Amino acid sequence: MAETVSKEDYLVTEKLVKRFDEAVAVDEVNLRVRKGEIFALLGSSGCGKSTLLRMLAGFEKPTSGRILLGGQDVAPLAPYERPVNMMFQSYALFPHLDIWENVAFGLKREGCAKEELKTRVGQMLDLVQLGAFAKRKPHQLSGGQQQRVALARSLAKRPKVLLLDEPLGALDKKLREQTQFELVNIIEKVGVTCVMVTHDQEEAMTMAGRIAVMSKGRVLQVGSPQEIYEYPSNRFVADFIGSVNLLDGKLSVDEPDHCAAQTALGEIHVGHSISGTLGMPVAVAVRPEKVSIGKLAPQNVRHNLFQGRVKEIAYFGSYNTYIVVTPAGVRVKITEPNGSHLDLLDITWEDEVYFWWDDTDAVLLRN
Amino acid sequence: MALASPLGRRFVIGVPYAWLVVFFLLPFLILLYISFVDMGNDISPFKPIWDSATGLLTLKYENYNSIFRMGEDGALFQTLYIEAYVRSLWYALCTAVLCLLLGYPFAYFIARSKPSVRPALLMMVMLPFWTSFLLRVYAWKGILADQGVVNQALMALGLIHEPVQMLYTNVSMLVGMTYVYLPFMVLPLYANLVKMDFRLLEAAYDLGTTPFKAFWLVTVPLSKAGIIAGFMLVFIPCVGEFIIPSLLGGPENIMIGRVVWDEMFTSNNWPRASALAVVMIGLIVVPLAMYYHFTAESAESKN
Repeated sequence: MAETVSKEDYLVTEKLVKRFDEAVAVDEVNLRVRKGEIFALLGSSGCGKSTLLRMLAGFEKPTSGRILLGGQDVAPLAPYERPVNMMFQSYALFPHLDIWENVAFGLKREGCAKEELKTRVGQMLDLVQLGAFAKRKPHQLSGGQQQRVALARSLAKRPKVLLLDEPLGALDKKLREQTQFELVNIIEKVGVTCVMVTHDQEEAMTMAGRIAVMSKGRVLQVGSPQEIYEYPSNRFVADFIGSVNLLDGKLSVDEPDHCAAQTALGEIHVGHSISGTLGMPVAVAVRPEKVSIGKLAPQNVRHNLFQGRVKEIAYFGSYNTYIVVTPAGVRVKITEPNGSHLDLLDITWEDEVYFWWDDTDAVLLRN
Repeated sequence: MALASPLGRRFVIGVPYAWLVVFFLLPFLILLYISFVDMGNDISPFKPIWDSATGLLTLKYENYNSIFRMGEDGALFQTLYIEAYVRSLWYALCTAVLCLLLGYPFAYFIARSKPSVRPALLMMVMLPFWTSFLLRVYAWKGILADQGVVNQALMALGLIHEPVQMLYTNVSMLVGMTYVYLPFMVLPLYANLVKMDFRLLEAAYDLGTTPFKAFWLVTVPLSKAGIIAGFMLVFIPCVGEFIIPSLLGGPENIMIGRVVWDEMFTSNNWPRASALAVVMIGLIVVPLAMYYHFTAESAESKN
């Protein structure tokens, strides 16, 4: 049975539902996690991502639905019967045991022989570069070191799936950037399939191969970081990931290779089809960094060229952000890398400016 | 913050220290003094330490000697006093173990219950303190007596045909002591268990531990400080317990508290009673020092 399962469907949830009393925390979630990939569940707090992870670990019993791991339904199994290990957000290291004993805890429970136990715990401690700290107690380590102990402990049993609950949540910002690469390196070295939960989109984008964006218990879009950023499939995802200008309108043109929407800004051309009905409500999503700004109208730009007045300028060092308001009262956010062209230097408050973007830089979303 | 000025700090620490010196250290020194003198006559219960004839200070070791030795050259540790000490330590230990066995599940249950019902459950633990201690011990007489509630119920059920002697036995004494001291076990255990991070248990399950094993591998070791605190709070006062053994205990099992009483008020032998009390304090200081050592250690590991 297990052999016939493809690599694509290593960990699968089928119509997974979790209800707490009458509140639905996870609503018919279907996921397919590939073997060996890092898969992120991304969403704001209360979106159901943690409940989903806890169901994968076995701490919560699904109300309905199945969890298939390598073709086997693990939903009825208790947490201690699953070939799945979790790295807790708080690390949950055993304070009464030293680092070595913490890492050995899981192996001892499965009755690992003494010699093998020694080598495997040693390997794990070397992997996270904490061999010298084996005899220390958890409280004697820094936050970053504790996190690595937690990782070593969750990897020691060679789980089929590693679950990470907000893996960098307890670290300060500076340490986080450095740690996320370290973490990915270790996970890739081990080659374990990994499901992580995070509310931090930057963390999800840098660490995960694929991301599932969740809201209100449902998965709204699954895709690589690029796909999710460049081609959000709905309003929520476009708005949640990064910063975006959302312009509501009605579908006015719908051809196989392009379409257009009539918005408060005017007609906006978009370089893909949507195959809907003309006049249906849609929204155009365009990222601030895709929009160009200048005092002079550019040549050779046929569509998506508009005029407005600069209301706000914010200087962020490596880039500037402009808020431009059109005569119709539409606010558009534009970011330009610092020093991208000299014309930018002249732009100041209350200036009349042009702004434009390519057809392919915007996405048309159904409402 | 300049909250703790040296003067204020000295005052705050000094008041309880002064209290302990006046009402604990001083009486203890008097006790120690009396334990080293001879028995007195009808007017004063003990003789002064200096001999008025020779003007010399002489310490009398007879009181201690008589605790450990029968007569001048009897075998060591074979006196009724030693038996009473051993018995007291043994029953105190039994009481502490019984309290632990009863109190741990109780404390665990309270600590794991919903935060909203915890105050009510804790109140139930402390409720017995609202009535007189003596009244509660007398109540046990009514329950355990030959014509008491338990015997009557058993006879009504037809399990026994004549009353079983329960009162004035070791059983009734242990029941009484366990009953009275149970809250002293539950409260420190509860305070400890309620602080425990439930995610540690989840981590143990996640690593392949069954809930039963996780309890022994995680919960029990982490509640060690609470177990020790509760154990000491029960054990130490139980060693010198006087009222419960005299009200509920049998005539053959004399505990050391009773022996001190008898020496003091029946034999009017203050020096020997003092020596007995000093030895008892010594017996208790050892576990107390151990307790202090453990709490200091666990406090250190938490910082």
